[in-house]
Amino acid sequence: MGSGRTPSQTIGPFFHDALLDKDRSELVPPDHPEAIRIVGTVYDSAGDPVPDAMVEIWHADRAGRYDHENFSGFGRSDTVDGGSFSFVTVKPGPVAGPDGEMQAPHVMVSVFARGLLKRVVTRIYFPDEGEANASDPVLSFMEDAAFRETLIARDEGDALRFDIRLQGENQTAFFEL
Amino acid sequence: MKEMREQSPGGVVGSRRGDPPYLAPDYVATRLRAPKEPLIILPSTLSDTTGPAYGRAPVGELDNDLTRQHEGEPLGERIIVHGRVTDGDGRPVRGSLIEVWQANAAGRYTHHLDRHPAPLDSNFSGAGRCLTDDEGRYRFVTVKPGAYPWKNHHNAWRPAHIHFSLFGEAFRSRLITQMYFPGDPLFWQDPIFNSVRDEKARQRLISSFDLETTVPEWALAYRFDIVLEGRRATPMEDH
Repeated sequence: MGSGRTPSQTIGPFFHDALLDKDRSELVPPDHPEAIRIVGTVYDSAGDPVPDAMVEIWHADRAGRYDHENFSGFGRSDTVDGGSFSFVTVKPGPVAGPDGEMQAPHVMVSVFARGLLKRVVTRIYFPDEGEANASDPVLSFMEDAAFRETLIARDEGDALRFDIRLQGENQTAFFEL
Repeated sequence: MKEMREQSPGGVVGSRRGDPPYLAPDYVATRLRAPKEPLIILPSTLSDTTGPAYGRAPVGELDNDLTRQHEGEPLGERIIVHGRVTDGDGRPVRGSLIEVWQANAAGRYTHHLDRHPAPLDSNFSGAGRCLTDDEGRYRFVTVKPGAYPWKNHHNAWRPAHIHFSLFGEAFRSRLITQMYFPGDPLFWQDPIFNSVRDEKARQRLISSFDLETTVPEWALAYRFDIVLEGRRATPMEDH
């Protein structure tokens, strides 16, 4: 029953040299024909950027397969540049949901930071997937449209923007696994 | 979908697993960063029962020895830190990446933002990595980190600790935590350690002195076993 599990503690402010020694923010090379850029800023409840967070992503490949062949699906970015993070990756395909129905394409996200005693977990959904998003089991569970919207990235032309608001007005929706 | 529901961010799910709540007001930095909206309980899917195969990441042979990364040996008390990583059912977590980082013996991190006026040690960077073996075991050689002050409250000091980052078998197993040393006189005043409300869970953050693993005339040893969330979701007790 999960008893005996080791509790989480904050990542603290001094993790960069240990965890970000190699750049893991590019899951595919920027000149990959299907490369997309996902950018965002982590904010606290005062609206100030959080420059000491670590953002990790995990997602399926174009065909909806996890950890397949040469595509690891894992990325890690700091936010030292004014609270902002950035990934170069490919858009994931749809993957099966809990009852066999399909989930809309999405990216799993973990945020660690000083002041977060455990990670927050959220998902990035894609703005050009209106139909799939409408039938996605997780998004359709969320009755509050504004809360649901916090999970959908915004198309900025050369990048998709996904800002993460840890607390306060327009707080991003977070999950308990 | 019948399984989905919401959960208060400070609620029982966190305490069921022994995790601290997001908001622990004594730890001041949580006040502006702890989410307050209800958490959505995510039914288990491939998205979280799979995870990064970080076991394939190249790990150097000496990456688990923090005392041999420079010309000379770091100052401080040389120690062995080892243990076993298992899931909630006691199964070993094999071939899984562990990353550690810590202050030097004087209580100073190499990080450029650490302003504590204690000496840096040119022979110590304080970062290491290793993979668990087939029994889930890991082993690091390092020096015992010093305590250091921080500005959370008047005369605040962090107990000596080593940061641990673990991947486990799945996205849902991911854990970042801190290992403490037995008998530290600073526990009572540390809001990070005490953010874990459950006494038994809190004790699981403290390593034990391990005489058997001590290497005579060379190094003392501490044992820190780690239990991760398994690949499958923990059943709900109150469902």
